[in-house]
Amino acid sequence: MKSLEHLAWRDKDGIEGASGILRSVHRASILIPTVGSALRNQGERTFWRVFLLLTAALPGMAGAQTADHVRSVQDIFEPVGAPAEMVNRTSVLTLLICLGIFVIVGGLLLYAVVRYRRRTTDDDETEPPQVYGSTAIELAWTVPPILIVVVLALATARTVGEIHSPKFIGEPLQIRIVGHRFWWELHYPKYNIVTANEIHVPVSYLSTPRPIELTLASADVAHGFWVPELNGKEWLVPGRESKWWIQPSVLGIYLGNCTVICGLQHANMLIRVVVESPEDFDRWVTREQRPPTFDPNVEEGGKAFLANTCGSCHTIEGTTANGIFGPDLTHFMSRQTLGAGVAPNDDKNLRSWLRDPQVLKPGCNMPDMKLDKQQVEQIMAYLKTLN
Amino acid sequence: MPNGTTITDAGAELVPARPGEERGTLTGWVQDLVYTVDHKKLGMLYIGTGLFFFVLAGIMALAIRAQLAFPNGHVLSPQEFNNLITVHGTVMIFWVAMPIVFGMINYLVPLMIGARDMAFPRLNAFSFWLTFFSGFLLFFSFVAGPGLYGAGSAPDAGWFAIAPLTSPAFSKGHSIDFWSLSVLVTGIGSVTGAINIMVTIICYRTKGMTLHRMPLFVWLALVTMFLVVVFIPPLSAAQIMLTLERYLGATFFDAQSGGSAILWQHFFWIFGHPEVYILVLPAFATISEVVPVFSRKPIFGYPMMVAATILIGFISAGVWAHHMFTVGLNSFGVTFFAMATLAISVPTGIKIFNWLATIYGGKIRLELPMIFAIAFLFQFLIAGLTGIMLGVAPFDWQLNDSYFVIAHFHYVIVGGILYGVFAFFYYWYPKAFGRMLDKKLGLWHFWLFTIGFHLTFDPQHFAGILGMPRRIYTYQPGRGWDLWNLISTIGAFVQAAGVICFTINLLWSAWKGKIAGDDPWDAWTLEWSTTSPPPEYNFEKLPEVRSRRPLWDLKHPEDPDWKFE
Repeated sequence: MKSLEHLAWRDKDGIEGASGILRSVHRASILIPTVGSALRNQGERTFWRVFLLLTAALPGMAGAQTADHVRSVQDIFEPVGAPAEMVNRTSVLTLLICLGIFVIVGGLLLYAVVRYRRRTTDDDETEPPQVYGSTAIELAWTVPPILIVVVLALATARTVGEIHSPKFIGEPLQIRIVGHRFWWELHYPKYNIVTANEIHVPVSYLSTPRPIELTLASADVAHGFWVPELNGKEWLVPGRESKWWIQPSVLGIYLGNCTVICGLQHANMLIRVVVESPEDFDRWVTREQRPPTFDPNVEEGGKAFLANTCGSCHTIEGTTANGIFGPDLTHFMSRQTLGAGVAPNDDKNLRSWLRDPQVLKPGCNMPDMKLDKQQVEQIMAYLKTLN
Repeated sequence: MPNGTTITDAGAELVPARPGEERGTLTGWVQDLVYTVDHKKLGMLYIGTGLFFFVLAGIMALAIRAQLAFPNGHVLSPQEFNNLITVHGTVMIFWVAMPIVFGMINYLVPLMIGARDMAFPRLNAFSFWLTFFSGFLLFFSFVAGPGLYGAGSAPDAGWFAIAPLTSPAFSKGHSIDFWSLSVLVTGIGSVTGAINIMVTIICYRTKGMTLHRMPLFVWLALVTMFLVVVFIPPLSAAQIMLTLERYLGATFFDAQSGGSAILWQHFFWIFGHPEVYILVLPAFATISEVVPVFSRKPIFGYPMMVAATILIGFISAGVWAHHMFTVGLNSFGVTFFAMATLAISVPTGIKIFNWLATIYGGKIRLELPMIFAIAFLFQFLIAGLTGIMLGVAPFDWQLNDSYFVIAHFHYVIVGGILYGVFAFFYYWYPKAFGRMLDKKLGLWHFWLFTIGFHLTFDPQHFAGILGMPRRIYTYQPGRGWDLWNLISTIGAFVQAAGVICFTINLLWSAWKGKIAGDDPWDAWTLEWSTTSPPPEYNFEKLPEVRSRRPLWDLKHPEDPDWKFE
């Protein structure tokens, strides 16, 4: 089996997987307190808080809000930051109205079916009164739907305006995201940083709001950028640029996915948004801006890297490698994952990736370079110096 | 005249109508089906074709669900997964839902309006055979291309084939060509079929059958066929553009050469959204016949029902971009299409209210058609409400392209349209075969399928809310999606068990079912006045009608409908 190795690294995360199921149950209850809090029903809220606390005590669920806490379970009803909250407000309003309609119309339907079913005691010969309609009644019951439509249309128009034409407090940090099959190219024009797959942003506090404006573009086919807790999704369409924004207010690592089918590895085109304190963010910026230090101990690896034409797709600053088809590797070791989130960036996975990337990510654009064992070890040693 | 034979001028001797045809043999039977221009046989051929492809595409769905049952699934490769989701979606829309819709309308409309056949019987056969063969054209892709193994060159770009993933640079080989040409061919079949049905309804009604006396089924069929004629051509145009781009160097959708990738989506969705109404209106039509008969009351607010249908038809032309709220339209565009989308819920709501009012005060006979109709009403209500959520653009930014959308449109197509189709089967099967479908098996079918349906699609709403995007062939553990996907997969197999009961019932009842008689449901429309199954010429003497419920008038001379017109 070609993919055994692929399985293996994840099996050690088996416990994580088990808690995922518990987490799902836990998360399902989120819907209800969302509704509850909107209803401002104190008693209900307390009940669900207790329920949440109990389920949150399940293994692997609790997590302090620190910069290295991975928020792998995303929930559109747990918005983090201004734009997500604006979207959530309209969403919850809509959800409540729809729930109300469901209860009323579904209830009437259920009542009618139960009340007017034919009973065995009925006289089967007679027909019920033949009613053909009533213009007055029919006109009357078109009014509530129209009113609801007006309310929802106004709420929609307002939120669309707020998101599309944001009033930023302070100068937003600009990040340009270019979608590739199957990874994300990131530019921070202000800091002159080019990196991939892991979006580092400073946290935004009420006292110091730090809005982040994203410019979305694509290098090949259409992709979709979605981190549910930070904002809705927006497509990356070739030939045009669209603006989107986030303003995360809680530390942590937020996971997201590409949402538009883009080829074989659409499923493993994952997003990581690292929301860190302003100090950590500044440290990250300094690190990314620094040219890589050249370590003479891994000279062999550097040579092997260039000799095997890696440089025609990848860039490493300070060398002749200046390709743009693959992720920039200048600060390769600063990233937590390989292959846009397909596996953790550790020795075992890196070795597997260098031997044949098609094992971890079958269908990705990086071919099997047919490196021999020695070359793999040399290049690995070299890559690991790229801080 | 007896089926397939003719009387020689010498008189008594019966000879085969066509050379080589012998009645009662397999070859004679096949030949009869191939030569036939009878609207009832073509209707059944349409439905049979739909059911055949339904089984194939359903098996694909089971494979897809098996792959997604657990994180890091290894049932399918990424390539096979993309092939199967594309073919599953395409086949379910174009070769399952469309043929069944056309079959329903084909079979019933001439009977309901008191006509002997369609306006253009041979055009009818032509439409059917185009649909039939184009389905096989798509399936040939599995054995074409790289070789006779694996998925061959089955299309893999998703059922709406987002440009530029379909361009030669990203889709090598012929997979997309199979997709676009087969969809083009079936589109031609649909348009010719729709013209035929429209002409039949407008020109071939029996004496007294004015427009406002037509059964609601016929009204809804008429609006559906208008939608087909108006909205299939944009899809055909898009397929032609795509083929030009792939073979003759056109650049409609290629941004690097001045084209626009968004253009494809406009073309596709201006077809794609009205398509939903093309499929759902015949289900509405069935419900509008079943609910009154089994509640023993006329439909409440007939004129309003017709008006609401026409209004749905018109508004459906202006809502397509709600499929594109996330592609980067400007604020005005987003808001306009959100409002149009919300507006369409008003006439749809009126329909639900009218069905509800029809039930209210009736004497409901809980026979199988009515059971499916009641399930339809509940499920369609939920589908409509999740549709409103998706119509509110900001909510849609979260929900679009997620499993919530998968859940929503399967609620519409399975929970709504397919339940309408099941009601159709249980209601009109006795007319077509002269025998009743078995009630016990039917109840097994209903409960297995309904439980399976809810197990499959209810959890997908939650997976979507937790950020699971559509069309991913695998996912990592710990994202909160594991449980929902596992339940969903179990549900898919329960549904399959329900479909097996249904299939057995269809076959078994044709031989062993209870004899139905002409009018087993004590119904009111013209098709129940002829024999079951109806003769090739439908009616011995063309009936004359004086109201919307001609058979009610016959059965209740003391209280006829025509008195109230």
